[in-house]
Amino acid sequence: MKIILNNRDQEFDEQQLSISKIMEIKKFSYQKIIVKLNNTFIEKEDYPHTIVKEGDNLMILHLLAGG
Amino acid sequence: MSTTETKTENKTDMTQNLKDLKAREKQLAEWSYEWHPIDKGYNNRTLYINVGDCRIEEKPVSEQMKEKFVGGKGFGLRLLWDATTPSTKWDDPENEIIISPGPIGGITQYSGAGKSLVVSLSPQTDSVMDSNVGGFFGPFMKFSGFDALELQGKAEKDIIIFIDGVNHIVKIYEDPGFAVDSHIMGEELTEYFAEDEKDAKNIGIVSAGAAAEHSLIGMLNFTFWDSKRKMVRLKQAGRGGIGTVFRNKNIKAIVAKIPGVKGNLNNVVDLEKIMEVGRDYAGEMRDLDDKQNQMKKKGTANIVNVMSDYDLLPTHNFKYGTHKDAPKIHSDFLRDKWFTLGINDGCWIGCAMQCAKGADDFELKTGPYKGTKVIVDGPEYETAAGLGSNIGVFDYQPILEANFYCDTYGICTITWGTIVAFIMECYENGVINKEITGGLELNFGNAEAALELLHQLARGEGFGKIAGTGVRQMKKLFVEKYGADAQFLQDIGMENKGLEYSQYVSKESLAQQGGYAMTNKGPQHDEAWLIFMDMVNNQIPTFDDKADALHWFPMFRTWFGLQGLCKIVWNDVTPADNKLEDEPHKIPKHVRNYLAVYEGVTGKKLDEAGLIVQSERVYNFQRIFNIRRGYGLRKHDAQPYRAAGPVTAEEYESRAERYDKQLQEILNYDIQGKSTEEKMAVLRKHREDQYEKLLDAVYERRGWTNNGVPKIEHLKKIGMDLPELIEVIKPLQ
Ligand code: SF4
Repeated sequence: MKIILNNRDQEFDEQQLSISKIMEIKKFSYQKIIVKLNNTFIEKEDYPHTIVKEGDNLMILHLLAGG
Repeated sequence: MSTTETKTENKTDMTQNLKDLKAREKQLAEWSYEWHPIDKGYNNRTLYINVGDCRIEEKPVSEQMKEKFVGGKGFGLRLLWDATTPSTKWDDPENEIIISPGPIGGITQYSGAGKSLVVSLSPQTDSVMDSNVGGFFGPFMKFSGFDALELQGKAEKDIIIFIDGVNHIVKIYEDPGFAVDSHIMGEELTEYFAEDEKDAKNIGIVSAGAAAEHSLIGMLNFTFWDSKRKMVRLKQAGRGGIGTVFRNKNIKAIVAKIPGVKGNLNNVVDLEKIMEVGRDYAGEMRDLDDKQNQMKKKGTANIVNVMSDYDLLPTHNFKYGTHKDAPKIHSDFLRDKWFTLGINDGCWIGCAMQCAKGADDFELKTGPYKGTKVIVDGPEYETAAGLGSNIGVFDYQPILEANFYCDTYGICTITWGTIVAFIMECYENGVINKEITGGLELNFGNAEAALELLHQLARGEGFGKIAGTGVRQMKKLFVEKYGADAQFLQDIGMENKGLEYSQYVSKESLAQQGGYAMTNKGPQHDEAWLIFMDMVNNQIPTFDDKADALHWFPMFRTWFGLQGLCKIVWNDVTPADNKLEDEPHKIPKHVRNYLAVYEGVTGKKLDEAGLIVQSERVYNFQRIFNIRRGYGLRKHDAQPYRAAGPVTAEEYESRAERYDKQLQEILNYDIQGKSTEEKMAVLRKHREDQYEKLLDAVYERRGWTNNGVPKIEHLKKIGMDLPELIEVIKPLQ
C-alpha cells in the first residue's frame, strides 16, 4: 500500500498495517509522540488495533526539540 | 577490614589532612561588603576580583544593563566586552571568567532554576565561549549579594577564593595544598569551609582538575551537596576550555558559603504565582515521566537507544548513526544496573526532573584512583555517546570509568569523545601510527588505550598532551608534521570555529547542520536541536521553514541562559494535553509557565515576542563580539563535510539505498553504471549547495547581511543599536 507518512509518500508491501506495526517497521521507538490518522488523534492504547490503509494520511509527530 | 573501618580510617585521614591545611593557611586579601536583600531577582551589583593584584570591588548594575542584557550570559558578555580588547588572548591577564545565574536563578519553586552561565575568551576558539552549568555555586554567589562574579588577572601562585555570604566578606587565600582533582578537592573544601556536616549543604564550589592544567579543553566542576548520600556531587561547565583559563589564572577553586536556602531569597514579586506553575509542573513529572522519557530513572541518557534507532547515534567519529553492538549500551542498562534509583538527583533544590543520575560504588579499574570506589556523576547522553559509540566502545564499564576521570581531571566529556574519535579515525587510516602515539593502539573500540590517553593527558605526558589541544590543532599538526591529507582531515575533523561537535549525527537534517555550525560559540546542540522536526516529522520542509526554526529555537533557548534556567525542564516531559496546542513542538504550556515565572520574579510583564527580543539582543551582541575579534562571518559558519554527508566510500555504501534514492528522486541523477566516487561527488555538491542556501535564508530571517553580519536597521528594530556595536559592523554593511 501507499500512504502519506509525515507528509512524504511511503510504500509498504502489506495492504494494511496497524499503527504499532508501522512504528515497529520504521523503528519509531521514541515515546513522546503525537499520532494523527487522517487528521484524527489516535491514543496510545489504540495504536495496536488502529488500521492504516491505502491512501491514508498518517502523522507521527516526534516531540523532541531539546537534545 | 570492614567497610565501616575503612570509612572511619578515611575520615581520620581527612581530618588530619584538613588540620595540616589549616595550619598552612595564608590569607592574601580580604574585602568586606554590606549585604542587601535581593530585589525582585537582582542584587543590582556584581563582584569584581583581580586575582593578579588581589583587588576586590563591587560594580553597580545599571538599568540599561538589565534591560539590554537581562543577566546570566548577557551579563557575562557585557562585562567581557568591556574588560577586553579585540586582540586580547585567552591567556592574557585581562581575559576574564564571568559566572552569572540571571534573575530567575536560585528560586526553588519552579524546576531547573539553579543554572549559571560561564563566559570567557576560549583557548580553543580564540573567541567568546559560554557554558551553562548547574550546582550550588551560582545561586549561592547570588544569595551572597552579587549578580555576577568577574575574575580577571593572573595570580602568581595557586589561590582559593572564598565568598563568605554568612559574614559578608570575600577572601583570597594562597592554596595551602588542596588536592587537584575535583572529586577530592570538592570533599576537602566542603569540610574545610563547613562548620559541621549539617552545614555542608551551604557550600558551593567551582574547581577544575589535573587535565585542565595540560590541555586547551579544561572544564569547570560546580559542586552540589547530595544530602541523601551525604557527599559532594559534580556538574560541569564543559565547553570551550574555560577550565584551562581558570587554571591559567592559577585559581584552584572558588567557594561560596551562605547561611542557608529558605523560602524567598530572591524576594520575588509574586511567589504564589510561581508556586502554582511549579506545582503543576512537578505534577506532570510525577504522572507522566515514567511513560515518557524516564528522566528520573535514566537521565538524559534515555535517548541513547532512541538515537540509535533513528540512525543518529554518532558511531566511529560520526561516520554512522548506529552499530550492531549499540544494544549493549541501551539506556535500560543504566537504569537497571548502574544508576541508584529512588534518590533525589536534582542538581538544584526543587527540581522535579532529577536527571542528575549517579552510579554509586563504582570501582575504578585504571589510573591513579584504581581500586577506589567512587560515585560517577552520569553518564548523560552526550557522555555515553562521546565516550561510547563514537569511539566504538559499547560497554558501560569503561564509559563510566572515562566519565569519572574526565570529570575529576576537569575536561569536557563531549569534547574528549569527539577528539578521541578523530584520533581513532586518523589512526585507522594511517595518518598517525603507533610510533607517533607512543605505543597506544588507538583503534575504534580500544577502551583501554583511550583511557590511557586520558591519564596521559592528566599527567601532561605523551600523545595525551597532543590530544588535549583539540581537533583543530591536531589537524594542523598532522598535516604539517606527518604529511596528512589536509582536505581529508578537514572533512572528518568534527569541529567548527575550533570547538568539537556534540554528539548527534546531522547528515540527514539540513536544519541541524545549521543548528550546529551557525552557533555563536561553536557546534553545541544547546542553541537548536531540530533533527526530529526536520528529518523525521518533515515539519520544516522549505528553506523559509528551516530559517524560522533556526530563528525561534536558538532565541528561545538563549533565554534560559539569560535567566538561570535549565533547558532540559522545558521539553523533557510533555503535558498530557500538549497535542491540542497549535505548535505542540514548542511545548507552549511550558513557555507560558516561563513567562509566568519571569513575571512572578521581576514583576515585569513579558509575552513570547518580548522573550524572543530579550534573547535576540544578546544573541546579536555575541555575534558582533565574534566579529569584533575577527570572526563571526559567513566563512566561520562553514561545516566539516562529515556533518553533512558521507566522506568515505564505506560510509556511502553503508547507506547506499538512502543516498541512491536521494540522487534519483531529488536530483534526477541516473545512478546506473556510476561508481561510488561519482555518486559521492554529486551528492556532496548538492548537500554543500543546500547548506549555502540555508545560510542565505537564515541570515535573512535573523536580520543579517549575506555575510552573516547583523544589519544596523535590525539592531534598531530590536533596540540594540548600541554605539560600540554600530562601530564594529558599520564597515561591513
Ligand atoms: S533537569 Fe536535570 S540538569 Fe536540569 S536542573 Fe534539574 S536535575 Fe539539573
